[in-house]
Amino acid sequence: MTQPASVNELAGELATRFADVSFEQPFGQEVARVSRDRYRELATAAKGVGFEVLVDLTAVDYLPRQPRFEVVVSLLSLTKRSRLRLTVGVPEDDLHLPSLTDLYPSANFLEREVYDLFGISFDDHPDLTRILMPDDWEGHPLRKDYPVGAVPVQFKGSPQSR
Amino acid sequence: MPERRTTEVWVAGTEETAAGAATDEGAQKLADRETASPDQLAEGRGTLVVDDQLAEAEPASAEERTILNMGPQHPATHGVLRLQLELEGEIIRRVKPVIGYLHTGMEKTAETLTYLQGPTNVTRMDYLAPFFNELCFSLATEKLLGAEVPPRAAAIRVLMTELNRISSHLVWAATQGLDLGAVSMMIYGLRERETLLAFFEKTTGLRMNHNYIRPGGVAADLPDGWEEDIAQILKVIPAGLDDYHQLVTGNPIFLERTKGVGVITTEECVAYGVGGPMLRATGLGWDLRKEMPYSGIERYEFDVPTATGGDVFDRYTVRMAEIRESLRIVEQVTAGMPDGDYRTDDLKITPPPRARIDQSMEALIHHFKLFTEGFKVPAGEVYQAVESPRGELGHYLVSDGSARPLRLHVRAPSLINVQALPVMLTDQLIADSIATIASVDPVMGDVDR
Repeated sequence: MTQPASVNELAGELATRFADVSFEQPFGQEVARVSRDRYRELATAAKGVGFEVLVDLTAVDYLPRQPRFEVVVSLLSLTKRSRLRLTVGVPEDDLHLPSLTDLYPSANFLEREVYDLFGISFDDHPDLTRILMPDDWEGHPLRKDYPVGAVPVQFKGSPQSR
Repeated sequence: MPERRTTEVWVAGTEETAAGAATDEGAQKLADRETASPDQLAEGRGTLVVDDQLAEAEPASAEERTILNMGPQHPATHGVLRLQLELEGEIIRRVKPVIGYLHTGMEKTAETLTYLQGPTNVTRMDYLAPFFNELCFSLATEKLLGAEVPPRAAAIRVLMTELNRISSHLVWAATQGLDLGAVSMMIYGLRERETLLAFFEKTTGLRMNHNYIRPGGVAADLPDGWEEDIAQILKVIPAGLDDYHQLVTGNPIFLERTKGVGVITTEECVAYGVGGPMLRATGLGWDLRKEMPYSGIERYEFDVPTATGGDVFDRYTVRMAEIRESLRIVEQVTAGMPDGDYRTDDLKITPPPRARIDQSMEALIHHFKLFTEGFKVPAGEVYQAVESPRGELGHYLVSDGSARPLRLHVRAPSLINVQALPVMLTDQLIADSIATIASVDPVMGDVDR
């Protein structure tokens, strides 16, 4: 498979090494769409070639598309001024992904946030607990099937009819 | 002899409780040292990967350690930040920031708002730097739309964001002074900020949460006589900076409490993703305005101030120098403000002028459609980052082709910086934690969203 010309040199280097990963350039931004079993391998290689900073980690719920969830990781190279975005699909029936906290400590809170709001577990995360919602909260609010304004409104009818 | 009345006096701590159940704080509490995994211990010490300080001194016995909850109601934590500290005497050994007390689900809310309503929502996240949130959202939307904004709109955006950077840093200077006991600093910082807020109010109608920068341009042109206001600002702020310099920079108490306190190295900043003035205070001059410019800011001349110590004092010097650099940009924008429209003339994005609605049926329909349905944005996903006063502010925007975003994620610089607090606080005196937290400049609206 031939890869299209990359926006930046570091991503190009990764594209030649990971021939089976699809690299795209929507809106001039380098995106690598990686499968779950090669996700950690690609992240390790990305850190190796010079993407030192994990800027952002989040997820998107693409209900009803399959795989339903997509975890999005934004990486940044300070020396080469380039960015790379990794996207990895996570199917609804097996919500697991390897954690990146040992590679990038900044992933810690961000992975907890994804766990909290989407219910995706990160294996080998040192402290995978809810972060924004209370411990006893039910459900994962940023999922598409979690309704907005689900708290029942406590209005009562007038006690006597007029 | 009258009988003496005895009443039951309640003494704290003497009541019988189910001790375990009453003090259980759930999964988010700082893990007990006896049961914690090595990873969790390292996390509390901020040494998850950067393991140069892993060799911990002889751990004290359980009787010598205290767990102290600082916050969420604590004046020095700048909102509802809560820190669980493990203390050994007065020295902090482990830290766990607990957040979420201000979580209002703004990212979920964003999915129910149109792109024109979006800035109203995001501007409330980092409430000290609202223009940056609006700018970031607008740039991301425009990237999806493929829309260009006129030069005047871009220049106004730079002008407002740089003024906002000054006002945000002034609040930081005020609160940092207050936390260190320099209460006059608080008054001075807010006094100078008032001139900026007055200008914001004159331009946008509001002192904060402006909803001024919108996809397609800005909401209104600059008001009449704005040059005089800017000239006044350019006079007042440097005078204020000179005052602070005299008051604080050489002050022995201030130096004692900030020099060598809350140190973080460049490597740790990179590992934890910390950016902004905190990163620049460690000696790395990374500024998105220079490295990945946006909104035409590369046309203006300015420097990126750095310092080398990485401590609270250097964050002070860097922020003060940044105010001066922002003033330079403001001066250049004012001198070279382009003429022309303040928003794009694409009628599918921009509402028609009020006068047109009375004359043209089409304009009326456009107006109605824009404000009820909103404009549709082509499907796609973009990440847009700007240099906010606290570091890299990023918006990851996903559109499915409808008039509302499928997902908006905000990369909040305050969240990332709060995450690095264990690095700065461990093995320090608890009194220094106040200075350190203030120097991080966390905005809880940004942390929790």
